Amino acid sequence: MMLDDLARGLATTLKMMFEKPVTIQYPEEKRRVRTRFKGRHHLQRYENGLEKCIGCSLCAAACPADAIFVEAAENTDEERYSPGERYARVYEINMLRCIFCGYCQDACPTEAIVLGDNYELSFTDRRQAIYTKEMLLDPVPPGGQPTPQRTPSGVYTRSVPVMKDPSD
Amino acid sequence: MAKLVTLTIDGITVQVPPGTNVVDAAKKAGIDIPVFCYHPKMEPVGMCRMCLVEIGRPVVDRATGELVRADDGSVKIQFSPKLETACTTPVSEGMVVINTSQKVKDGREDILEFLLTSHPLDCPVCDKGGECPLQNLTMEFGSGQSRYIYDEKMHSAKHVPLGDLIYLDRERCIQCARCVRFQDQIVDDPVIGFYNRGRALEIVTYSEPGFDSIFSGNTTDICPVGALTTADFRFGARPWELNAAASICTQCPVGCNLTINVRREAISQGRMAIKRIMPRQNEWVNEIWICDKGRFGYHYVESEERLDQPLVRKDGKLTPVSWDEAINLVSMRFKQAGSNLLTLVSGRLSNEDLYNIRKLTDSLNGKSALYTQMGGGDVVAQVGMSTGSNLANLGKGDVILVIATDLHQEAPIWWLRVKQATERGAQLIVANARSTRLDRYAKYPIRYAYGEQNNLIAALVQLIDPQKFVDAKAIKHLSEQSIIKDTAEALKAAQNLVIFFGNEGSGVADSQVLAQTCAILLATTNHAGKPNNGLIPVWQRANDQGAWDMGWRPPTDLSTSIKEANALYIVACDPAGDDPRLSLTPDFLVVQDLYLTPTAKLADVVLPALPFTEREGSLTSGERRVQRYYPAIPGRTGALADFAIAAQIAKACGITLEERSAAKVMDAIARENADYAAISYTELANVEEQWPIIGRADLYYGGTSYENKQGLGMQLQNAVQKGEPFQISLPELVEQSGEGLLAVPITRLYDRGNTLIPSQLLRTHLVSTVMWINAKEAKQQGVEEHDVVQIECGETSALVTVELEDAVPDGVVLVPRSVGIPISEPCRVRLHITERV
Ligand code: SF4
Ligand code: SF4
Ligand code: SF4
Ligand code: SF4
Ligand code: FES
Repeated sequence: MMLDDLARGLATTLKMMFEKPVTIQYPEEKRRVRTRFKGRHHLQRYENGLEKCIGCSLCAAACPADAIFVEAAENTDEERYSPGERYARVYEINMLRCIFCGYCQDACPTEAIVLGDNYELSFTDRRQAIYTKEMLLDPVPPGGQPTPQRTPSGVYTRSVPVMKDPSD
Repeated sequence: MAKLVTLTIDGITVQVPPGTNVVDAAKKAGIDIPVFCYHPKMEPVGMCRMCLVEIGRPVVDRATGELVRADDGSVKIQFSPKLETACTTPVSEGMVVINTSQKVKDGREDILEFLLTSHPLDCPVCDKGGECPLQNLTMEFGSGQSRYIYDEKMHSAKHVPLGDLIYLDRERCIQCARCVRFQDQIVDDPVIGFYNRGRALEIVTYSEPGFDSIFSGNTTDICPVGALTTADFRFGARPWELNAAASICTQCPVGCNLTINVRREAISQGRMAIKRIMPRQNEWVNEIWICDKGRFGYHYVESEERLDQPLVRKDGKLTPVSWDEAINLVSMRFKQAGSNLLTLVSGRLSNEDLYNIRKLTDSLNGKSALYTQMGGGDVVAQVGMSTGSNLANLGKGDVILVIATDLHQEAPIWWLRVKQATERGAQLIVANARSTRLDRYAKYPIRYAYGEQNNLIAALVQLIDPQKFVDAKAIKHLSEQSIIKDTAEALKAAQNLVIFFGNEGSGVADSQVLAQTCAILLATTNHAGKPNNGLIPVWQRANDQGAWDMGWRPPTDLSTSIKEANALYIVACDPAGDDPRLSLTPDFLVVQDLYLTPTAKLADVVLPALPFTEREGSLTSGERRVQRYYPAIPGRTGALADFAIAAQIAKACGITLEERSAAKVMDAIARENADYAAISYTELANVEEQWPIIGRADLYYGGTSYENKQGLGMQLQNAVQKGEPFQISLPELVEQSGEGLLAVPITRLYDRGNTLIPSQLLRTHLVSTVMWINAKEAKQQGVEEHDVVQIECGETSALVTVELEDAVPDGVVLVPRSVGIPISEPCRVRLHITERV
């Protein structure tokens, strides 16, 4: 009776030795996240390099964890960060507060803030948990210019991209 | 009281006075009818159609005049086939209003769709977003879908500085004309208006410089969209992120109620920062308005120049030291000085500061002096505005006399309220040596020569009661003038009489006499001590009245008092800055202020104080209303409230004074000062429901002015009201004398006081060192416009630029106060041209 059980157990062990292991050798090896995974945020740019974020604070208002702090300022054509009149002078997310719910992404009228793939957030100091605008901003895309930019007047007058189809 | 009209709104029965419109009637019943163009402080115009409701009226049989009844006996109601505008429809007996039917909702949805045809929908970046009536009403009644595609929208300029304080976004404007009507009807500065028609209509400014009005900021509060925004709040924060603190404006003696909106700010190193100043409703004081000085002038508290540690002069240089060291030094030297200590304060301080500093000085046997150019506060304590007074109560049958002041520049909200009283039928007498903005509403504009103001009032007294000022030669030529005779008749017939007096054309002594003669006038016409009657001093500073009430008096001769003192304790004033030649060389000079003022630079010890935004306190307005302000942001470390500094010095001298809180100091004041006996911080925080109801969720009704939840303050009883005897004797009258050109200092709103210069925003508005003279006199004096002249008054002199101004009387030049021209009282001057362009 006892021997029978033992043999069955050993048989399972033996079988597993020849199966593909499920353990992932993190950090040497990393698993791809799912398409709808919500990881560390990015602030996106337009192709020309202008920031999509217009400093509207709607993400901060939507955030259930009060993790986002936005301070806006006014764009000029001499010193332009984003289209329209307003940009985020300060943009901070406290990753220790964030619960990665993605509400900020939903609230954003310009699709500036998106939750990305990065889940590797660790800190040795609470201050490091505050991600500043510089840390969150995407790099300037090829062909684009860094911000602030000098722009011709009368071109970037709209903060929110034009809605082509009102029934959309 | 007229018979009330009874009507039903959504099934609720309401009784309101006849003439009330349906929107207001509903508001009284707690029902909100959405509006855009209607505003409870302005006449309805029916421009936006947002207030559509169903209205039914009882059917009357034309033949009999009887109400037609249905079979069940109820009155038959006939509804009009179309929706009606509630704002332009006055209530009528038996009216039935329906505010919630589907028909009404459909109507609102359609109106909103029209309004949004060209609206940019940039709520995410709009400063009004979050407190925007259009946004809120669209959420409530609007359609979720738009039938207009983007290309069909009108595009207009989004960044139009109307002036340097107000910015316009033309796309957001919904053409309600609230701003235009405010400027035109309420403050009579029609500097903005509509241009073009239909969808091309836009707001333009007609004035040069643009939007030239000292009340311009109020238009941003009542604009129902984000079309008008203020320069200093632009993109500063979202409204829902702001915290609110109640405060009182400290720029003039009106004492407007404010709300200070604050937020923690990254660019201020994470400190709490003031984002904007908004009006707070107090129908007794400022209603829902404030002037631009109150709204934009606060930036001085943010100045980096502010002191944040005590300084002591060591080896000739002011060196930072600890509070203990500074306090020990000060207390030791003050004790040594004893009766040779002179304390000089100004009415910029709160009652609590003034009380504690006074106590400290008295306990050391020192002398105390109020730094001011005007007298009469003790007279105001006797016959000032009585408890229960409100300028808004003045109307038909009442008389307002304004003498020796330019209210528009010195106390803007009083100017506004006096103007409005005349619109309600009050008769206005404006007496001044020159014409001022108030003249256009005056029934009796009276001119006299500078220096004759006391004689003018005496002449009026004499015409009313021939027993007084008998045989006074000095007034004869005045009492013979027919306008003055008519004025005397008007005063005699007045139901209520309010007198505003200022110090234009007089010094401390003269204005003291003016206060006395005005008090005698009030007593002679039997108006003293009654509600809605009294004497209102147009002080230079917000709390001069509080200073008088706390026992402070101006010295007879400031420079002698200063010379005689061994130790000087100067708080919240800058005599050296006002008059650079004043010799401030006592053995020991202590200056307590916000900045290193010219006076502080001479000091042996400088003590850093906190501004009103960072501490608690109370102020007594010119109408003798005591009001408290609350701390808006934490005090900067290193500085202390003035009352606490005084208490610390006292402690080191072995005297006990309250230093824990302003409320406790007020308790001490109440124990000691009979006038303030009823005052406590709890009482000052009392509120009652005010009409119109503003500042609640329905921002479309009254605008973004704040509801008052933190206190309406208390008006003090004056001596006559309390039944104390009237103790003012007839002053001696002096005849006008003196030869030569007379320089008269006048107060301009945007002067260069220490509490205005640091405001970058108002820089271009500040008055410069000029001298106003009329063309004829200029010719006689041989000066031309833009000349730079040396103006010499006795020993002192200053360089000023000549500006021609017709309103200046002959033989006179006017100079602005607080701009560094050392002329604080009228003075005979000589002019020397130094530069001609
Ligand atoms: S993901 Fe959620 S919790 Fe995190 S910042 Fe965005 S809204 Fe806040
Ligand atoms: S990320 Fe989006 S929602 Fe947040 S401030 Fe920027 S534009 Fe607004
Ligand atoms: S600017 Fe504002 S207040 Fe003036 S008309 Fe337009 S919407 Fe009305
Ligand atoms: S009227 Fe006087 S108290 Fe009122 S806001 Fe203006 S300066 Fe301040
Ligand atoms: S029409 Fe009545 S509020 Fe505009």
